[in-house]
Amino acid sequence: MISLKELMTRRDAFTGLTMGNYALARAMAEAGLKVATSYPGSPTPEIGAALLGAPEEERPYYFEFSTNEKVALEKAAGASLNGHLSACFFKSVGLNVAADSLIQLSMMELIGGMVVILGDDPGANSSQNEQDNRHFARMSYIPMLEPATPREARGMFLEAAAVSRRLRMPVFLRLTTHVCHARERVDFGPLPDGAAGWEPGFDPKNGPYVPVAATVFPLKEKALRKQDEFGRLMDVSAMNRLFPAASGPARLGIVSAGLPALCAVEAVAAAGAPADVLKLACTWPLPSEKLADFLASHEEVFVLEDLDRVLETEIKALAFDRGLKCRVHSRKERSDLMGEMTPPRAAAMLASAWPEHFKAPPPRPAAEEPAARLPQLCPGCGHRSAFHAVKRALPPGAITVADIGCHSMGFMPPYEMGTVLLSMGHSVSTGAGLALGNSSRKVVSFLGDSTFFHAAMPGIVNAVVQDSDITLVLLENGTTAMTGHQPRAGTGEIGDKIPLPRLLEAMGVKFLRDVEAYKQAELAAALKEAMDHKGFAVVIARHPCMLKFMREAKARNPGLKPSRVAVDQAKCARHYTCVAEFACPSFVKHDAGSVTVHPELCIGDGSCVQTCPAAAIVREKGGEGK
Amino acid sequence: MAFNVYICGVGGQGIGVLAAALSTAAEAAGHEVRGCDTHGLAQRHGSVSSHLRLGGDALTPRVPEGQADIVLALERLEGLRGALYALKPGGTLLYYDTVYQPVTVRTGLRAYPSAEKVEAQVAELGGKTARVSVEGISDPRMQNAALLGRLAALGLAPGFTRETLRSALADTLGGRALEANLAVFDKAAG
Repeated sequence: MISLKELMTRRDAFTGLTMGNYALARAMAEAGLKVATSYPGSPTPEIGAALLGAPEEERPYYFEFSTNEKVALEKAAGASLNGHLSACFFKSVGLNVAADSLIQLSMMELIGGMVVILGDDPGANSSQNEQDNRHFARMSYIPMLEPATPREARGMFLEAAAVSRRLRMPVFLRLTTHVCHARERVDFGPLPDGAAGWEPGFDPKNGPYVPVAATVFPLKEKALRKQDEFGRLMDVSAMNRLFPAASGPARLGIVSAGLPALCAVEAVAAAGAPADVLKLACTWPLPSEKLADFLASHEEVFVLEDLDRVLETEIKALAFDRGLKCRVHSRKERSDLMGEMTPPRAAAMLASAWPEHFKAPPPRPAAEEPAARLPQLCPGCGHRSAFHAVKRALPPGAITVADIGCHSMGFMPPYEMGTVLLSMGHSVSTGAGLALGNSSRKVVSFLGDSTFFHAAMPGIVNAVVQDSDITLVLLENGTTAMTGHQPRAGTGEIGDKIPLPRLLEAMGVKFLRDVEAYKQAELAAALKEAMDHKGFAVVIARHPCMLKFMREAKARNPGLKPSRVAVDQAKCARHYTCVAEFACPSFVKHDAGSVTVHPELCIGDGSCVQTCPAAAIVREKGGEGK
Repeated sequence: MAFNVYICGVGGQGIGVLAAALSTAAEAAGHEVRGCDTHGLAQRHGSVSSHLRLGGDALTPRVPEGQADIVLALERLEGLRGALYALKPGGTLLYYDTVYQPVTVRTGLRAYPSAEKVEAQVAELGGKTARVSVEGISDPRMQNAALLGRLAALGLAPGFTRETLRSALADTLGGRALEANLAVFDKAAG
């Protein structure tokens, strides 16, 4: 396996088995990219991991994880305005945060070129929805390329960067989860000789760069013109691929793009069906001449895509406009608009139009469903300790609001803490709305520290100004834990440390308590005091991410044997608080009713010791660490 | 037809090592390799899976439902779950026999399956079951090496021989606790 350092710094061409995200990072280096920015979010953070894989002094590019996606996009845009090729990348919903500036980009003369990389998530594998960002391409007049494999991710990034720079316009590269994380052998090219300099080339004469009433129309005209020009290039692009039917000239055709197109190719091959597959590289603007030719040369065409009816609507309109007789089929069921395409699903959808050629695969034999295993907070997680304390301190009827982060998992049993969730940083303001006119039910909002900096600060200022009667529990673990411990603003890992208590005080927060999350009695007392306070109150529940802490401890000392806790069987009164309420994964309940500690999972943090009513959880002698 | 391997376990067990070693071994055996890992939230003690497809006609990276020739699992319940989702008739489930209770089991809502129950449910699918465990493993991540060793011994997949898997494991670990892992590999291979 190739190291990330070698991937990013090796000067000559080579080949390697690698995932889409890593292939994309190498492509950035091959393209001579100068600036990359991001906010971590699945499925894209490994692009950042690869960019950070080269030692800082050997990087010909600048890379940062920014405070949020809008900041990331603006920073990449600024670099491009200076003449530097730039890219920003984030997950699907990150584009909502960046949208306010994104929507202006096509009116800007981006002299360095700029690629906006999206990690969309059909199937909602790690997102709060499966929003279809292809709509944004239409709305923002930004062309969109859609790779289906790591190889294509590399190739299409290089093409997107080159055309973007030449036409001085932004280009979208839309990947989906299983393109980002797919693994295959990729042929890489050499790194360019001599990195481009940092000469700041911004010149207002390249603009105008200020869209106001009088300048909007010429700028929009230019954006539309560039979009058309991009479309003409895509009409003749070799990146569009035709997979002809094995049986020879076919009257049936399938139009698709990205991973769904490869699902179609597999379904056609498995069925031995007489159908050609046209795989589009660019889904906005559509290559209309190529599509019209394909429609004209087939009697029936099926438009196969994930999520919304985006390609379908455009292709049906094209067939109508051109007066083509080709019958255009599309997905029939509402369930077809949800989830991610697979070859068997493609076969089932195609069978709805062409039952003589395709068969829906038989359902799996009915079987007893095995016990579910949902993700959990890790052993030693400060959030668990905080949830356990908060849950006991809440009065009946209290409403708890979740935010995004590992702590979102608190909504599940047994904690059931944080039972409504919209988006990053929403919890303070949604909580403030729930508190309006409400004097009978306490409102407690949770928030993580990376999300605090990402999008929660305006909501906190609003809560201070309006003195909203809610309690904010700020779960501070010092990192962006859920996406893999990227540094977050203010930790001191990047730039100066920003201490949260001082920042909150400066923002005008009058009631503030700062408690170690393992000290459950102290945390419960602070929470009760905060809820009694009339108006906005903040309780910081602080504990470092223990997954990160233990990884770093083991990296420093590979032989580290963590200490453990044990259940004193003589004392255990079988309350089951540890397994059923505190619910650390380290506790094992045996059929005979006894409880023991799983030696492979316990890290000896001891946050559970205080939770046992019978005081039966004891620290084992020996071991190292905490 | 592609040869499909569905790998599964509990987030944190390190199935990435298993997937990486198998990919390397498959390439060494001359197969074209495509695959896909789980990243993100599910890694936190949830069910995780990794996919490996061998052969040029596999264009997509995930093993389609019911099309796995082998299901390789690092834990018993996940082995059952993986087999029910992915195993094809005639395929084999090979799992490392360790138990990580999910919350639903610890809170008494659901039962944890016995080894006999797993074997019976897999037999109903028309599949075979093999399990491995090695006494005295010092680090649970070495269970990966045990699974690879037994896979080599069973000769379940084209090209997954003792030699290719052993050297792929060495390549993947890059020196980290290599001797101990190879000892576990050899012990499991028998």
